[in-house]
Amino acid sequence: MSLSGRLAASAVLLTASQGVFAQSRYNFQPPVTTVAEQIYDLHTLMLIICLVIFIVVFGVMFWSVFKHRKSRGAVAANFHENTTVEIVWTVIPVFILLGMAWPATKTILDMRDTTDPDITIKATGYQWKWGYDYLQGEGEGIRFVSNLSTPLAQIQGREDKGENYLLEVDNPMVVPVGAKVRMLITANDVIHSWWVPAFGVKQDAIPGFIRDTWFRADKEGVFRGVCAELCGKDHAFMPIEVHVVSTTQYADWVNGLKVASIAQVAADDRDWTRDDLIARGGEVYAAHCVACHQASGAGIPPAFPALDGSELVKGEHAGLLDIVLNGKQGTAMAAFGGQLSDVEVAAVTTYLRNSWGNSVGDEIAPDEVAGVRTR
Amino acid sequence: MAAVTPDQLHDHHHGPTGLMRWITTTNHKDIGTMYLIFSFIMFLAGGVMALTIRAELFSPGLQVVEPELFNQLTTLHGLVMVFGAIMPAFVGFANWMIPLMIGASDMAFARMNNWSFWLLPPAAILLIGSFFVPGGATAAGWTLYPPLSIQMGMGMDMAIFAVHIMGISSIMGAINIVVTILNMRAPGMTMMKMPLFCWTWLITAYLLIAVMPVLAGAVTMLLTDRHFGTSFFNAAGGGDPVLYQHIFWFFGHPEVYIMILPAFGIVSQIIPTFARKPLFGYASMVYATSSIAILSFVVWAHHMFTTGMPTAGQLFFMYATLLIAVPTGVKVFNWIATMWRGSMTFETPMLWATGFIFVFTMGGFTGLICAIAPIDIQIHDTYYVVAHFHYVLVAGSLFALFAGAYYWLPKWTGRMPDEKIGKLHFWCSLIFFNITFFPMHFLGLAGMPRRVPDYALQFADFNMLASIGAFGFGLSQLIFLWVVIKAARGQGEKATARSWEAAEGLEWTVPSPAPHHTFEEVPVVK
Ligand code: HEM
Ligand SMILES: [Cu+2]
Ligand SMILES: [Cu+2]
Repeated sequence: MSLSGRLAASAVLLTASQGVFAQSRYNFQPPVTTVAEQIYDLHTLMLIICLVIFIVVFGVMFWSVFKHRKSRGAVAANFHENTTVEIVWTVIPVFILLGMAWPATKTILDMRDTTDPDITIKATGYQWKWGYDYLQGEGEGIRFVSNLSTPLAQIQGREDKGENYLLEVDNPMVVPVGAKVRMLITANDVIHSWWVPAFGVKQDAIPGFIRDTWFRADKEGVFRGVCAELCGKDHAFMPIEVHVVSTTQYADWVNGLKVASIAQVAADDRDWTRDDLIARGGEVYAAHCVACHQASGAGIPPAFPALDGSELVKGEHAGLLDIVLNGKQGTAMAAFGGQLSDVEVAAVTTYLRNSWGNSVGDEIAPDEVAGVRTR
Repeated sequence: MAAVTPDQLHDHHHGPTGLMRWITTTNHKDIGTMYLIFSFIMFLAGGVMALTIRAELFSPGLQVVEPELFNQLTTLHGLVMVFGAIMPAFVGFANWMIPLMIGASDMAFARMNNWSFWLLPPAAILLIGSFFVPGGATAAGWTLYPPLSIQMGMGMDMAIFAVHIMGISSIMGAINIVVTILNMRAPGMTMMKMPLFCWTWLITAYLLIAVMPVLAGAVTMLLTDRHFGTSFFNAAGGGDPVLYQHIFWFFGHPEVYIMILPAFGIVSQIIPTFARKPLFGYASMVYATSSIAILSFVVWAHHMFTTGMPTAGQLFFMYATLLIAVPTGVKVFNWIATMWRGSMTFETPMLWATGFIFVFTMGGFTGLICAIAPIDIQIHDTYYVVAHFHYVLVAGSLFALFAGAYYWLPKWTGRMPDEKIGKLHFWCSLIFFNITFFPMHFLGLAGMPRRVPDYALQFADFNMLASIGAFGFGLSQLIFLWVVIKAARGQGEKATARSWEAAEGLEWTVPSPAPHHTFEEVPVVK
């Protein structure tokens, strides 16, 4: 802990019951990185400085409010300037500010140092989920999408809310304890912001640009965050869940995923019947499309058009594949080409053509998708 | 407040009567009254939106509104409060009081003055009407960040036009104020003898002229990106979404001072009156106001610490922001020094002014905490920021507006405000304000983001508390309506010309209520 941090911490012991401050209900979440700890200490230091100024300034004001009243027989003095006093109360704050700026500067320099990472992960914000790509270090090549796993029934109050309501995902990001992780942050559609409070990390995800930040978690555990930049309808429903695990557990996780993904590739490399595609397409729809176009396919017009009955969905394959693969500029419809495999695109488009009132009765094969992609 | 300027009593008024009188009026008092009524209506409209938001946030889960409508409500709440309530209210004060304070018979450009007011109702109709068009109102947040704002429906275009219109109105109002103050002061009223309210408005008017065109440019670029194929903010076309944020906040930070400097002016008029002692450090107040205004142009990116700017940029904007605390501190110290060894009484205006100093300064402290870039990176876009800017905007700007309204109500209506009801209004507002917004600091620190219709369970109890407070605060504002209607209908104690025992200034030399035409014979200031 830095000097100011130690000062701050000891003052907290004096000024408040430790219990109140240790809980995250009234304060920052307990920090698990050195940066988060510095931020925590900076904040405590600021609170104490502000509290002292507050007591002095308002002590004077309320003294005056109670003593210098007409009803108590106070007679007004007539002074209206005093150069010495005015210089003093301009200069002293400057020194106080310098005292604040100094530790803050050190923390900034530390926060910005993203050199020499052990692992590099790219996080991509989508409306409304996060995608993770492990780009460098152990686990390189792993990529997955992380969706809110809280059931709709809980959100709509038809079921009791679970302990981690709105803070839980299907595929959490996993990192080893003690490793320096460099995060590359970007977005696919609008601006999002990747925020994990316990790490002291918040970085806007800007479409078309990549920004970086870093953390080194000192403690194993599950740490939860949320998207911090308004990104549309489901901004409140795209949390971040990070599991910090031991080095061996991490190696196991990496191996497990490798095996599973080989198995998946093998399983996908077969002839798909229409029913298989529709079944698989239903899963893809639930994970990627349902937030906007709704389970009923009715959408929320005009922002999110209905797919049930849509001429585009029922028409030429090329038109449907184009919008799924490439999205539509200026709307919330994302380009899913980068997120979904050929099989997944084939499955979900086949599902659309044969669900709700749509009964085209054909299928779109993975090969066809591959063909469209290469064109 | 229709009874404010009883033209029947004064034979020199021969204009149209009835509705046409208000539509065609070029009288600064009529126009001031219309601004004040307009802003109060917008305040109630924005308040209803806020209470709908708080109703949804009363408990976790989605109950009252769907997320789309929720985002529309937060967006329009912000736009309506900033551009419809706070800014026009201050312009209303300027119209009413600046000519009276400097001894001018009217504003410099009386016809333009009429036009700057009458632009506002169409803008308000565009904004509120956008709820009822396909796709609803814009839901991109009052900051209208692209690319999200590019995705919106036609409600967004309506908001853009509304911003354009309100911007033109503000610029015309500002030009009028600058020219009035510089050219129409009574003989002997030198710049350094001017009431501080005029000084703060003069500086505010320059800020308005400087930054409203910047905002207009930013939203026009949004418009052309939306409809005419440009790519200012679209990376795929070679643009940059963050460019918009730079332009917006280059307007946005001076904008927060546009909303607070006139408030400083009002409070600087009231404290000396009720302390029965001249304002301490008049000259340093003028210099402090000017330095705040100048510094406000070089701190904009403190709203963008999480966008990932270069380290040197973060450091620069942090230092510059911290520096603003110095002149702001000087102001607070001067007010307290004015109170010191005065002979104070606490009629309603003074209560509001004292409440302003106390609660606004808490917003100043959290502003200082936000200015520390590493801390801001944690609390940016959380409820902590929501708490911060409501402490400076509600407890700052709004409380000062109420202080001023109670202070000058006798001059406007000829009746003293009812002290009992006024004090009730003050204490209810102060208490409910803190119940609403104080817990939001804790919510933000503990990790609750802003602009969300639903939240995790650990935030439930503070949200419930804030919602209860918000409804109390909202209802308390009806008390104000009661006081004003009572005075406007000619009930209550009659006011003398110098309505408050120790009030100083030219406005107190004309009768209460101020006749329709004042200072047709130019007063001389010694
Ligand atoms: C001591 C003076 C002040 C300081 C140091 C200060 C500092 C800041 C900072 C650093 C932020 C950015 C927080 C963030 O978005 O993460 C902020 C936000 C804000 N401040 Fe202040 N502020 C001060 C006074 C004021 C005043 C006087 C007003 C208005 C009357 C104001 C209105 C706002 C608003 C509206 C926002 C939120 C903008 C948004 O939507 O992000 N502030 N302030
Ligand atoms: Cu978001
Ligand atoms: Cu600012």
